[in-house]
Amino acid sequence: MEMVNLYINGKEVAAPTGSTIMQAADLAGIEIPRLCYDPDLSALGACRLCVVEVKGNRLLPASCVTPVMSGMEVFTESPAVIEARRTILELLVANHPLDCMTCDKLGACKLADYCYHYGVKESPFAGGEKHQYKCDDSNPFIIRDLNKCILCGACVRACEEMTGQDNLSYLYRGFHRKATTAGDVDYAQSDCVFCGQCVALCPTGALTEKTMAGQGRRWEIERVRTTCPFCGTGCNFDLAVKDGKVIGVLSNPDSPVNGRSLCVKGRFGWDFIYNEKRLTTPLIKKNGQFEAASWDEAFDLIAQKFNAIKDEYGPDSFAALSSARCTNEENYLVQKFTRAYMGTNNVDHCART
Amino acid sequence: MAEEMRILMRNYGKIDPLNIDDYLNAGGYKSLEKARSMSQKDLIEEVRKSGLRGRGGAGFNTGMKWNFSYSAVADQKYVICNADEGEPGTYKDRLIMENDPQSVLEGMAICGYAIGSNQGYIYCRGEYPYVVEILNTAIQQAKEKGVLGDFNIEVRMGAGAYVCGEESALIESIEGHRGEPRFKPPFPPVIGLWGKPTIVNNVETFANIPVILEKGADWYAGIGSKSYPGTKLMTLTGDIVKRTFIEVPTDITIRQLIYDFGGGIPEGKKFKAVQIGGTSGGFIPETLLDTLIDFDSMAAIGATLGSGAVFVMDETRDIVDVTNRITKFFEHESCGKCSPCREGTKRMHEIVDKINNGLGSATDLDLLGRLGTVMSKACLCGLGQAAPSPVLTTLQHFRSEYSNKL
Ligand SMILES: Cc1cc2nc3c(=O)[nH]c(=O)nc-3n(C[C@H](O)[C@H](O)[C@H](O)COP(=O)(O)O)c2cc1C
Ligand code: SF4
Ligand code: SF4
Ligand code: SF4
Ligand code: SF4
Ligand code: FES
Repeated sequence: MEMVNLYINGKEVAAPTGSTIMQAADLAGIEIPRLCYDPDLSALGACRLCVVEVKGNRLLPASCVTPVMSGMEVFTESPAVIEARRTILELLVANHPLDCMTCDKLGACKLADYCYHYGVKESPFAGGEKHQYKCDDSNPFIIRDLNKCILCGACVRACEEMTGQDNLSYLYRGFHRKATTAGDVDYAQSDCVFCGQCVALCPTGALTEKTMAGQGRRWEIERVRTTCPFCGTGCNFDLAVKDGKVIGVLSNPDSPVNGRSLCVKGRFGWDFIYNEKRLTTPLIKKNGQFEAASWDEAFDLIAQKFNAIKDEYGPDSFAALSSARCTNEENYLVQKFTRAYMGTNNVDHCART
Repeated sequence: MAEEMRILMRNYGKIDPLNIDDYLNAGGYKSLEKARSMSQKDLIEEVRKSGLRGRGGAGFNTGMKWNFSYSAVADQKYVICNADEGEPGTYKDRLIMENDPQSVLEGMAICGYAIGSNQGYIYCRGEYPYVVEILNTAIQQAKEKGVLGDFNIEVRMGAGAYVCGEESALIESIEGHRGEPRFKPPFPPVIGLWGKPTIVNNVETFANIPVILEKGADWYAGIGSKSYPGTKLMTLTGDIVKRTFIEVPTDITIRQLIYDFGGGIPEGKKFKAVQIGGTSGGFIPETLLDTLIDFDSMAAIGATLGSGAVFVMDETRDIVDVTNRITKFFEHESCGKCSPCREGTKRMHEIVDKINNGLGSATDLDLLGRLGTVMSKACLCGLGQAAPSPVLTTLQHFRSEYSNKL
């Protein structure tokens, strides 16, 4: 890989040609704050929190979209940079509810974290017009409080680039710009498929998981990595666990199969865990009534019945239809069992029928 | 006394703009013919050597810009004429298009040959529907005469957003998206319309091209200021006797502009300030009137030549009130994409409005200064970067007007 050398805060660092200043800084372990940058999304360069000073440049370029050049001298924490970042945070905060005390995102909110880092407590720009949007909780999964939106555009890009649903865009201009659905309708009335990618990528409390509302602060939540049981794709995610109880699902960027993408079932369809009607043991019908049984009993019964059917009516009296909820391995086993043991080619899969 | 010099406006009033024969009889399209007899490289070098710098505001050397697109390898390249002219008080592009539309088409076709493009667009301001008609007639006539060769030109209309004059927002708009600026780099000459190398030049820039080829780069480079040669079409507005347009060499002073060409301030009133280059231009006080109008001299005093609009204010004008209206304009025209401009233009207007209503305090002035400085450096596009300049320059030169209202 071709490398270029540049200086960041006086330190000589190397970065692959074509990297951005931010990538070069990341490589060198130098932190640059960012609100609209996300490694899984196309670049936007809109929040401007990541600005840096570059010698010879009159402007403060956004490091997330500015390519490195050989010999470039970058300063990530110069007085002008700090002043710009503080001012931008103050501007954002002046148009923000600041109810961190009760906000479900605190602890995972980038806006709050950066305000903490730069000591932005109150805004000299406060006191003017503030957005007064109605909170959208028209659906069972997502609470959308655009008063907390900083217009980083992550939701818009996630919906378009990760999900391909293109349900979100920008409406109006300037101060009234809004990242929202076509016609600014509630999610429930929009083309939303409730995959929750927008929620997973939102850096603030504007988009949050409804099930987690009021259930615990982010730092109290334990993350338990698991594989989704709904289909054979095998998406990974973290169960959000509080006091031994699942309260939600959080994307895990390290998931090899799916990254942070999930579908509505995986992200929001986990409430069956605590459903009272959920079967917890095998049931065998005896005298017209289902009775709880052990797995051994159940398997013995299945083996006995399958053998009897095969003996009496021949292999082709048997057919297996497997489920899309099975993994590849399970599907493989179904056909193996059907062909090799039952002796028939009568095997199919629900996704094909 | 300095004199007007009509290079761009050489055909003004002399030809029928709707009759291509008039243009041809006046020597029109000879430059395109000449350009096509040159190598692309030599042609671009000729334009570069003339020293022509973009007349749309940013002042980039036109030949150098063309060279970026020429050097870029692509299966398709585009030429766009920026005729959005959204700058309040500016109508110089309209004048050119109304009076000599073929000169713009010829300039575009020369650019097309230079960079290797067969497709041009003119992005015309939505409020100029009659100009669109003129342009379409001109294009039709040029096609019928076959003078453009294989170079095709289409007109696209804006819809009233000031920011769509910014070249990358303009490109987004032609592509059918929201008119919002892209981050740069990449710059349009390398990655522009539909991802292809694209030259965006101002109407006045293109209109300069035929005459440069006709008379030569050296001739052009010898006119006006060395660092920004040629003439500039200026529009005089506000408290000035002759509210008109003039074409002047770029080595005259602001004072000459206002007093020699504009006839000074009406009704014997005194001069107070002048804002040049459009709404985002800096305010210039009496003490700086001997500054030359060329790009670099203006930049050195924190002002701009910009679009060439000259807005004169006499002694009766309330600077804070005027500035307040300007901040309202930018609040309205911000596209909202980047946070310092979206939130900043809003707060800037609120604070200036507060001061204008006698409710401000000394800390508000400091806050305005800080906000303006940050916006000018951290905003994504030229709109947000230039929006604070009226505030910053009035704070600098007319601070007492603010203090008097606190
Ligand atoms: C907010 C904004 C508005 C602009 N409006 C115009 C315009 O109306 N016409 C124009 O030619 N250039 C305008 N520009 C400048 C263009 O972005 C671009 O620099 C210019 O068209 C390049 O042409 P030139 O090199 O011939 O000047 C604007 C820039 C900004 C930031
Ligand atoms: S979104 Fe962040 S800054 Fe806003 S209230 Fe919630 S925690 Fe606080
Ligand atoms: S939940 Fe999915 S489909 Fe709905 S808006 Fe968010 S990203 Fe788009
Ligand atoms: S809702 Fe969240 S992700 Fe979407 S623009 Fe606002 S802050 Fe960004
Ligand atoms: S500076 Fe203003 S107009 Fe330009 S991109 Fe940012 S918000 Fe839009
Ligand atoms: S992170 Fe770079 S502009 Fe937002």
